[in-house]
Amino acid sequence: MLLIHCPYCDQQRAEIEFAYAGEAHIARPLDPAAMSDEDWARYLFIRSNPRGRHHERWRHIHGCGRFFNAVRDTATDKFEATYQAGKPRR
Amino acid sequence: MSGLRLDHGGRMDRRRPVSFSFDGATYQGFAGDTLASALLANGVMLFGRSFKYHRPRGLLGAGSEEPNALVSVSRGPGRHTPNLRATGVEVYDGLVATSQHRWPSLKTDLGAINDRLGMFFPAGFYNKTFMWPRSFWDKLYEPVIRRMAGLGEAPSEEDPDHYAATYAHCDLLIVGAGPAGIDAALEASGTAKRVILIDEQDEAGGGALADPALWPWLQESLKDLAAAPNITVLRRTTAFGYYHDNFIGAVERLTDHLAQIGDGAREKLWRIRAGEVILAQGAIERPLVFAGNDVPGVMLASAARTYLHRYGVAVGKSVALVAAHDSGWQDVFALARAGVIVAAIIEVRDRVAAALLAEAEVLGIPVKLGHSVIDVHGRLAVKGITIARNDHSGAARITCDALLMAGGWTPCVHLWSHSKGSLAWDDALGAYVPDQPNEKVRCVGACSGKWNFGSGLVIDALPTPRDQHRIKAFVDFQNDVTAKDITLAVREGFKSIEHIKRYTTTGMATDQGKTSNLNGLQIASQALGRHVTEVGLTTFRPPYTPQTFGALAGHAKDDLFQPTRKTAIDGWAEEHGAVFELVAQWRRARYFPQAGEDMLAAVNRECRAVRSAVGIFDASTLGKIEVVGPDAAEFLNRMYTNPWKALEPGRCRYGLLLKEDGFITDDGVSARLAPDRFHLTTTTGGAARVLNTMEDYLQTEWPDLDVWLTSTTEQWAVIALQGPLARKLLEPLVAGIDLAGDAFPHMAIREGTVCGVPARLFRVSFTGELGFEINVPAAYGRALWERLMTDGAACGITPYGTEAMHVLRAEKGFIIVGQDTDGTVTPNDAGLDWAVGKKKPDFVGRRSLSRPDIVAPGRKQLVGLLTDDPAVVLEEGAQIVADPAQSIPMKMIGHVTSAYWSETLGRSIALALVAGGHARLGETLYLPMPGQVVRAKVSGMVFFDPAGARLNV
Repeated sequence: MLLIHCPYCDQQRAEIEFAYAGEAHIARPLDPAAMSDEDWARYLFIRSNPRGRHHERWRHIHGCGRFFNAVRDTATDKFEATYQAGKPRR
Repeated sequence: MSGLRLDHGGRMDRRRPVSFSFDGATYQGFAGDTLASALLANGVMLFGRSFKYHRPRGLLGAGSEEPNALVSVSRGPGRHTPNLRATGVEVYDGLVATSQHRWPSLKTDLGAINDRLGMFFPAGFYNKTFMWPRSFWDKLYEPVIRRMAGLGEAPSEEDPDHYAATYAHCDLLIVGAGPAGIDAALEASGTAKRVILIDEQDEAGGGALADPALWPWLQESLKDLAAAPNITVLRRTTAFGYYHDNFIGAVERLTDHLAQIGDGAREKLWRIRAGEVILAQGAIERPLVFAGNDVPGVMLASAARTYLHRYGVAVGKSVALVAAHDSGWQDVFALARAGVIVAAIIEVRDRVAAALLAEAEVLGIPVKLGHSVIDVHGRLAVKGITIARNDHSGAARITCDALLMAGGWTPCVHLWSHSKGSLAWDDALGAYVPDQPNEKVRCVGACSGKWNFGSGLVIDALPTPRDQHRIKAFVDFQNDVTAKDITLAVREGFKSIEHIKRYTTTGMATDQGKTSNLNGLQIASQALGRHVTEVGLTTFRPPYTPQTFGALAGHAKDDLFQPTRKTAIDGWAEEHGAVFELVAQWRRARYFPQAGEDMLAAVNRECRAVRSAVGIFDASTLGKIEVVGPDAAEFLNRMYTNPWKALEPGRCRYGLLLKEDGFITDDGVSARLAPDRFHLTTTTGGAARVLNTMEDYLQTEWPDLDVWLTSTTEQWAVIALQGPLARKLLEPLVAGIDLAGDAFPHMAIREGTVCGVPARLFRVSFTGELGFEINVPAAYGRALWERLMTDGAACGITPYGTEAMHVLRAEKGFIIVGQDTDGTVTPNDAGLDWAVGKKKPDFVGRRSLSRPDIVAPGRKQLVGLLTDDPAVVLEEGAQIVADPAQSIPMKMIGHVTSAYWSETLGRSIALALVAGGHARLGETLYLPMPGQVVRAKVSGMVFFDPAGARLNV
């Protein structure tokens, strides 16, 4: 069970307090109506699936309730960093 | 009959004899014996039958690496544990153990015919032999294979035991209480560190238990550890898995060794988070690979030494040693000093240390250097061996009743590998040793590759003059894999060890190849002509040894499997005979049968009451979210398909929630209490998901919106009063709200008091009748319910459950998200286009509603279905076809999502998802069912009061 650092609580807590929330830094388009079907489909369905550094979202659902971003290595499961939503991509 | 108890030595308690049974015969042992040592002391050599060939098998080892001696222990109904290693079963008075996988008896096993037919069972024989015909699999091959190959019988009764679980945190966790582990713990004893030392055996000491010279040290050390306040020692505890960030799973066995088990837990699961881990798991001796190396009486040399010193048992009266490693010499020296005859040392190496030869000479042990064993005589027990020089000359027979093998040592890197620590190949050891750690962990003692057992030769299979392809030289004892199976796999083109493993099944038994992996790897490497490190290494996975499901499940079973959520009114329903159903985690009253009523009769009566008088329904489980803030309306406008900004305070709206892909995910009626305050409702099962989704958008997409979301599901009890008499019943109890139809119209909300309790009163209807949903603080729910029941008695108030609710809503064509939709249904598919704000530029899912697949013709759409025979109620899930005469497999064009007997209409009704359904109104479709094909006509979804006349009164 992973230990995850919540950047809002500033605490290292057990994975069971958190919920995974998919890839990070995929902003909802500001004007979906202006997008082509292909671009919209890409936004909806296409996600990176790297071996190595992965930017992803977690929610401290049984703690402060905040969504935050993380960089995790998918091969080793090591967290490189976690940081608050809205902060620049690491 | 060759093992025997010596009249001295051993750590078991000779003053406490115990009596136990094995395969029906009664034996004596001592407290402190294992089943293995006690049976061996009674001369029993035969413990089991092998997996594939049903060959007789005895003990190979003395610890948890044992592959052969698997037994079942029974202690009453539901307490049957198969596949236990006899080397780990502690004897107690009354222990009942049986051997496995033999018929009719262990000594005469008819399955042993497989041994003679060995040529038909090469590597991969399942894949080769039982390919065709396909139909033979279910009826012939699989049942026969299952009967012939296998382990113990799984218990068939419910386990009456219970299992505990705990979390533990420590600065230092030490796995293995042998000399290295104890030293590590002693080192930490003077510090402030919280230390846990765990060991799988009944007694701490590990290898020291088989070395009397270390016993005084051991006794002192354990005393010191017991006195250290910061150290917890857990015995009979197996660390079975090493997970991320130094999280270790361990199971402590609490009662299996006791003659009398009390009420306590049988086992305890420890979930340990450690700052640092020290692995001191020791090393496992390797068998040698030669013909007959599995005859009962052929065992590891270190095991013989353990039986001698720890249990006072000689494994034979006259034993021989076949060695490729110095450690075996020391083991037989110990046996010789204890008075056991050592018939010969057969050493594969041409040269060994002079000190060993000198010691052998002193003890009078004949030594054969440069020799190997080429055959073992005896079937149920060793009667003798044939040896030959490594150049195949000079074959000679030696009489003995046990043969010890010393093939070198394999560091126990299982947990290290679970933690993803890397391994390095050590040519001198012929084994992988821990290299770079991936967690804060280090290995000490023999599991790090550092030991003082002397040196040895790394050898794949012993030299033999016999044809390697005609002998059975076992590599994996538990899965019956021989050296020739591995070389055959290589000849057939398998190159990766992962493939060779799966094809031959070597290392895939319940022992996970503790004694076989390295020998298998060496043989494959030799056959491939590539260095071991190029062949690869198979993956170690938890559990280290098999664990019970009970320990892993712990308390999470039966009523405690997951929480059951109950409303404030649940107790009343229970007292009044409600039949319940689970909806998500909620327990909901399904119907309230009266004497003599079945479900249909009860539901029909409940429906009639709602349509003709008044029904009362516990709707407290509906998800409720309070949405507050200056931007609340803007937020809901972006989330839901409907327009919210123009909704006046005091009014309600049916809200439809999509995912970004355009499919319906939830719905519910929501009310605007004030310009900046909404009371949302969601489906019972969707509440948490909806709140999570809303939080997600609010926090990450629109953090500029000033809105707060609060779950209020459990704050409110919700009582639905539905039926033409609802207003008349409610009116006298309400203060501060004018219930008149024009003052308080359908889809409105008012705040006031009901029976003096602050209430949010919704005028809404999920039944099509005049109706109210009364929200009061949950603590008042039951009192209000009881008052309504009392006051309503005169006008025939009737409690109804979820089943009647379903019938009533279906009569009105109201959908249930998740029943009539399945995650691929758009608002248009569901006939809910009216709920989509056409003028809104954007909302979650809007862009997807114009995707090509969503606007394409032929989508499955929700329609009504009326059977030609009104008495026939369709089955939910039934498949629909357009032409019943077509050949099988038929083209299925949809399925029934809801189907009920409508008491109101005196006929059956159904909703169905049908391809192009909206264009099929009036068309006859067919539902092929067992015994008949049901005809039904496509209709609109609203079966009752389509104009809504009953609502607006």
